[in-house]
Amino acid sequence: MIRSKSFASRLSDAIIWIILLIMTALCFFPLLNMVSISFSGSTAAQANQVGLWPVDFNLESYSMLFKDSQFWHAFLVSIERVILGTGLNMILSVLLAYPLSKSKSQFSARNIYMNIMIFAMLFSGGMIPLFLVVKGLGLMNTIWALVLPGAVPIFNVILLMNFFKSIPDSLEEAAMMDGASKPTILFKIYLPISLPALATISLFAIVGHWNDYFSGLLYMNSAANYPLATYIQQLNVDMSKITDPSQLKALASVSDKTLNAAKIVVSIVPVLMIYPFLQKYFTSGLVIGSVKG
Amino acid sequence: MGRRKRRTGQLGYHLMMLPGMAFLVVFSFIPMLGIVMAFENYIPTKGIFGSPWVGLDNFQYMIQIPDSWDILRNTLIIAIGKIFFGTLVPIIFALLLNEIRLKWAKKTIQTIVYLPNFLSWAVVAAIVINVFDYSGPINNILQGLGLHPIMFLASNQWFRKVMIGTDVWKNFGYGAIVYLAALTGIDPGLYEAASMDGANRFKQLLHVTLPGILPTVMLISALNLGSILNAGFDQIYALYNPIVYETGDVIDTYVYRVGLLGQQYSFATAIGLLKSVVSFALLISANKLSIKFANMRIF
Repeated sequence: MIRSKSFASRLSDAIIWIILLIMTALCFFPLLNMVSISFSGSTAAQANQVGLWPVDFNLESYSMLFKDSQFWHAFLVSIERVILGTGLNMILSVLLAYPLSKSKSQFSARNIYMNIMIFAMLFSGGMIPLFLVVKGLGLMNTIWALVLPGAVPIFNVILLMNFFKSIPDSLEEAAMMDGASKPTILFKIYLPISLPALATISLFAIVGHWNDYFSGLLYMNSAANYPLATYIQQLNVDMSKITDPSQLKALASVSDKTLNAAKIVVSIVPVLMIYPFLQKYFTSGLVIGSVKG
Repeated sequence: MGRRKRRTGQLGYHLMMLPGMAFLVVFSFIPMLGIVMAFENYIPTKGIFGSPWVGLDNFQYMIQIPDSWDILRNTLIIAIGKIFFGTLVPIIFALLLNEIRLKWAKKTIQTIVYLPNFLSWAVVAAIVINVFDYSGPINNILQGLGLHPIMFLASNQWFRKVMIGTDVWKNFGYGAIVYLAALTGIDPGLYEAASMDGANRFKQLLHVTLPGILPTVMLISALNLGSILNAGFDQIYALYNPIVYETGDVIDTYVYRVGLLGQQYSFATAIGLLKSVVSFALLISANKLSIKFANMRIF
């Protein structure tokens, strides 16, 4: 691109940089502040003296966190949920996306299935009928209540289907000539070349399961079974907010600010660990899926 | 022979669809049958088939109580605010980022601004509560400017604004991905031609860049239309409190609070049903419109 280096152009460059840096700082500083609070002394934290760097640096809150068995239990519930939920999501997504990626002439009922799925994505019975179904199946207070209702991530299926569609038919035909069966084609040819798309939708599934706090609130009667996100959400409900007696129980022990900050920081760590690796996939994967869809 | 081979191939496809469809039947379509609860006075011990039929009573009650209108108003104000600023800010951000030539800086900025999108509202709520605290950073700045501190999350004047603002904060980076992709799709030749014709950067923006991303903007806006009754349950539930029910209670939080916690199952299902029907109709029309005018389909 041809750019004159006139004064006006330099000035607009400077303004662009300043605005972008402010936007970036706005995204970053609140997180950094939370991290700093978790490493600060509790008096400084209570008095709101912590800015971007810890005040009275210490690891007290992390050593307290280490001994907090309820936190780690919630952490384990979330790990369990992510493994079961993502596993199920991925298996079902692949199984649904592959037949749907075929044309109507190859799979005559394709459009019927597609319409059923789109209808299920756009219309729902609502929160209460779903709650009653989960309750009626006896899933309340089990990990399955967190995993099964969202077993089919329809949006992800559509992303994956579009990716499969972009794989040339000739590849499949060649494999069939060589005597490969349908499952062999799916697992040996489609899945390996679809790694970017699979990485994208598995990231969505992992993050979605890790971050969801509401189903924990909805389907778990006892706070002991809460997944981590629900546990963290309950920390936010501080004393000043309570009018609801059902929340009192969960708040019996109001912990101090640095400990809560440490809990929040630790709960973000898993997301921080996987996200940069998958970032390069989801930008391309998401765009391919959504623009062609 | 050929015909039989095709049939067996299709049976395999049906078998592959089976597990997913089974889950959809149980957790999507059976709950849809639960909609009949909206037309009866559901009593848990009697079940859906045993509860007395009341016709449209639940809907009539909905129209009569003043709560409903407050909730509809709150939902629309918050949702429209989020849709408007949640479209505008990502576009501006994408346009600005597109002007940057330094690859590593671009990458770093992107990584940081995408991040909040990947955090739970439970976590973001904690951050928001911390930032907007009565003695928190924002109120410190206000006091530094000689203004009075504000209890943002316990103020009916501020609650909706904070909801819209924090939602835009969480999602603008991620929302910009689609626009950044659309921007890279614009033919560089167009810029060269424009600068040959003497267009400066602003003119190029106006006549090349904006028309280039317009279809994407329209598609995303059409898509957002379907969520006009979704003001964002996770966020609002994590941040609101009884003081701001007046301005913060939206359809989904009301359904949960009154319907599930208050056990008014039928009434809440009626509200939920109305919401589902309106959202569905909006999305279908948006899809029709975008096929007709932008030649793009949402689904």
